[in-house]
Amino acid sequence: MLENIQLLLDNPVALLNLLLDGIMIGAIFALIAYGMALVWGVMNIINLSQGEFVIFGGFIGYYTSTDWTLAIGPSASPWVSLEWGGISPLWALVIAPLILYGIGRAFYALVIFRLVDRDLFTSILATFGISIFLQQLMNGVFTAEDVIAQHGMGSWVLVDGTTGELVIEQVRVIALVFAVIVGAVLTFYLRQTRGGQAIRAVAQDARAARIMGINADQVYARTYALNAAICGAAGVLISMTLVIHAFSGLIYTVRAFMIVVIAGLGNVAGVIAAGLGLGAAEKVADIVIGTSYQTAFITGLLLVVLLWRSLRLGRQRKVLR
Amino acid sequence: MSSGFATSRFSRGLILTCVVLAILAAVAPVALPTLVKQMTVFWVMVIIAYTWDTMGGQLGYNSFGNVVFFGAGMYASAVLQIAPFTDMAAYTAAGEQGGALVLTNAQYFAGLLPGLLVAAGVGFLLALILGFAILRLRGHYFAIGTLAAGIFVAQIVANWEYLGAGSGLTMPGFPGKGAAGDQAKSTFFYYLCFGLAGVTFLFLQWLYSTRFGLAANAIRDDEDKAEAMGLPTGRYKIIAWAISGFFLGICGALYGNFVIHVDPEDVAFDGAGLGVWMVLMVVLGGKGSLWGPLIGAVLFHVTKELLWTYLLGLQYVVLGLLVIVIVVFFPEGIVGWLRQRFPNRFGERVEAGEVR
Amino acid sequence: MTTLLQVSNCTKRFGGVVANEGISLTVNEGEIVGLIGPNGSGKTTLFSSIVGAHPVDEGSVQFDGAEITRMNVPSVARLGLLRTFQQTRIYGKMTCMQNMAISAPTGRGLKSMFGGFTADEVTRAEELLDFVGLSSKRFLRGGELSFGQQKLLEFAMALMARPRLLLLDEPTAGINPTLINGLIDRLKRANAQLGITLLVIEHNMRVIMNLASRIYCLAHGRLLAEGAPEDIQSDQRVIDAYLGAG
Repeated sequence: MLENIQLLLDNPVALLNLLLDGIMIGAIFALIAYGMALVWGVMNIINLSQGEFVIFGGFIGYYTSTDWTLAIGPSASPWVSLEWGGISPLWALVIAPLILYGIGRAFYALVIFRLVDRDLFTSILATFGISIFLQQLMNGVFTAEDVIAQHGMGSWVLVDGTTGELVIEQVRVIALVFAVIVGAVLTFYLRQTRGGQAIRAVAQDARAARIMGINADQVYARTYALNAAICGAAGVLISMTLVIHAFSGLIYTVRAFMIVVIAGLGNVAGVIAAGLGLGAAEKVADIVIGTSYQTAFITGLLLVVLLWRSLRLGRQRKVLR
Repeated sequence: MSSGFATSRFSRGLILTCVVLAILAAVAPVALPTLVKQMTVFWVMVIIAYTWDTMGGQLGYNSFGNVVFFGAGMYASAVLQIAPFTDMAAYTAAGEQGGALVLTNAQYFAGLLPGLLVAAGVGFLLALILGFAILRLRGHYFAIGTLAAGIFVAQIVANWEYLGAGSGLTMPGFPGKGAAGDQAKSTFFYYLCFGLAGVTFLFLQWLYSTRFGLAANAIRDDEDKAEAMGLPTGRYKIIAWAISGFFLGICGALYGNFVIHVDPEDVAFDGAGLGVWMVLMVVLGGKGSLWGPLIGAVLFHVTKELLWTYLLGLQYVVLGLLVIVIVVFFPEGIVGWLRQRFPNRFGERVEAGEVR
Repeated sequence: MTTLLQVSNCTKRFGGVVANEGISLTVNEGEIVGLIGPNGSGKTTLFSSIVGAHPVDEGSVQFDGAEITRMNVPSVARLGLLRTFQQTRIYGKMTCMQNMAISAPTGRGLKSMFGGFTADEVTRAEELLDFVGLSSKRFLRGGELSFGQQKLLEFAMALMARPRLLLLDEPTAGINPTLINGLIDRLKRANAQLGITLLVIEHNMRVIMNLASRIYCLAHGRLLAEGAPEDIQSDQRVIDAYLGAG
């Protein structure tokens, strides 16, 4: 462990490369956390199926980029036969949010609307159920393999020397830029448009908003679907930069939750900073303690963050609740 | 001493029900020898449900991390049962190809007993330590914190070579060979699991009949008020969790010996499976009620076995759906539903001299 | 008369807002003391500071001669200094009797934490429920009571804990005017018969003038006036504070 730290310190360029890499991935984490904070703040629901929405988006990214055929019925003469020739997964950045928006709407109409006024434990458990359901469904319907969306983009080699390389993958830059754009658009939407104002009004006081003629249920549906769409876009970015696996959703939920806990609700700048920081920290931890401890690192970090916040609050005789 | 305020107590009806259940459970392996394995797992589920209810139902602290104590007990007993008789590191490194450790009868039972005791101790201590840190959190922070703790411990063990890392380890084989030996093993662990379930149930009912029962409910209803009234809330919470950890530790050790092959993510610390099922069972049956966890365990276990038999491949998809349906439509559980639907029959009859 | 509660120069800030500034007050054993002041003058904050819910930034709080400034809430409560809440708090899913029973003093020892309830405690719980007039409701769940009844239950629970000093936060708020007289009577009896010292926050002037032997008046987080009810009633500063002048 110590020698790994020494190794990093001896190769500042490699370290810089690592941090940049992490920050670009962290932008995606921030995006997912932004969605979670939105649903949490507006609907008072912690969406534990966040990660599965992301993975769903990732699979859309993957299936956009590869060739596949779908045949339903007898193999000789199928009733339905579909063929798809892979295109750039960047298209999925448009497709996935649309599909996920629909899925978000559907889950809202079927399940989530029943959770809005219930206690948090009910919503946590129910969204956990959605998470199990979705991950098992994806495992069965899509694939149980690790998949990557082939994007065919290269990388820029900035430094190629003895102290390490500084290579920036173009797709990660696109991920970062896209995440920033989505974040900016969302912030503009929430601050400046009528629809956004309705969401903020409901978040502050749903009853008052209802009395003032805002259709709160409509706002909730839109918020939840919007979050699903954000996750879909984030998933596509992940399918291009990392890997997608049907069971790897939960850890994105944990990351998003941690980012929101660090930043606090309604703190956009904090979410971005925490997301980027988490991305960079993970990359460094991968080198220092090894990638096999990645999940342990993330969950351990969440525990540390929770304890640190509760101890700080404890000094003021408050509790994290 | 009057325990008239207890939410549940040892009335004549309760004792009678317990005796009937115990007799049924005792003859079950003789009557239904082909189902012994499933019934053993059933008693494990009962223990897990009741220990979850201590925190989730009585204290209102919904934990997704109780698998930590279950798995820790399992691994603790594994070490106690393997390390004295062979080179543990070499044994786990050999993995399944190495075959199960063969012990003499005396060695097996000489390892099992301390294994169970240490498992209890490890579960208890881990709950104390984890509780000291994590019980400062409330509500959803606690729920998700425990979820993270479960995953964290699973990952640490999955990287621990001495314990066989991700591929796990094989427990010593039960004395006896072939189908008869297998049946003997199942029957042996059936009675141990049933016995532990009985002890856990009776102990917890006694516990709830003391001041603890009302203190726990007070913490569930309004923890700030309980503090303002001078109740040692922190101690109550930690001790309650440690008691859960104690029984879960033994339970994990028994289960590990029963299934023989132990691995961190799918057997010992199965947070996304067992960790959710225990919550589901209690919610399904009725949180904080006397028979709720048992009813939940029966229904859940039967459903699960049926799913595994008839819907193999889709079983987890259906389980996920079940979680959603149960939580959304039956948040009060079956006991709660019965109370609402038939208040005369199942309602809390507090009027009729509950006090003294 | 011995001093039971001694608050000296207490200041409490929340960020930039000064909720209490340099407040000193004393409550003697056996007294009923009133604490009045316009909304937002820092009365409830002072209560929370005294019992340790959010300790003061400066100054000290002493209870029966012992320093309790930094002590946490349950420890202060076990010393016999209890408070009730402005937003009434009871255990909603437990019956009134259960609410009462668990309010009996409980120590930190295992024997006390996991012991049973004595017959004496049961009798006392019934007597106190009778005392506040909730005897017929004793098997109803706390959450099923009306707001006013919950207020009475909370008061009975506080008495059950055998406090030496009880801080009551607006005991008559939301209570039907005809019941108020009965409540004043009960507060006086709790003081006289059970020997419980009271410090009462109250907006209802008729109640507090009737009840208290001494009154402190807060305004804008500072102590404005102190004295006998009749002096406070005629104090120009108090009148101004309430009417919004100055």
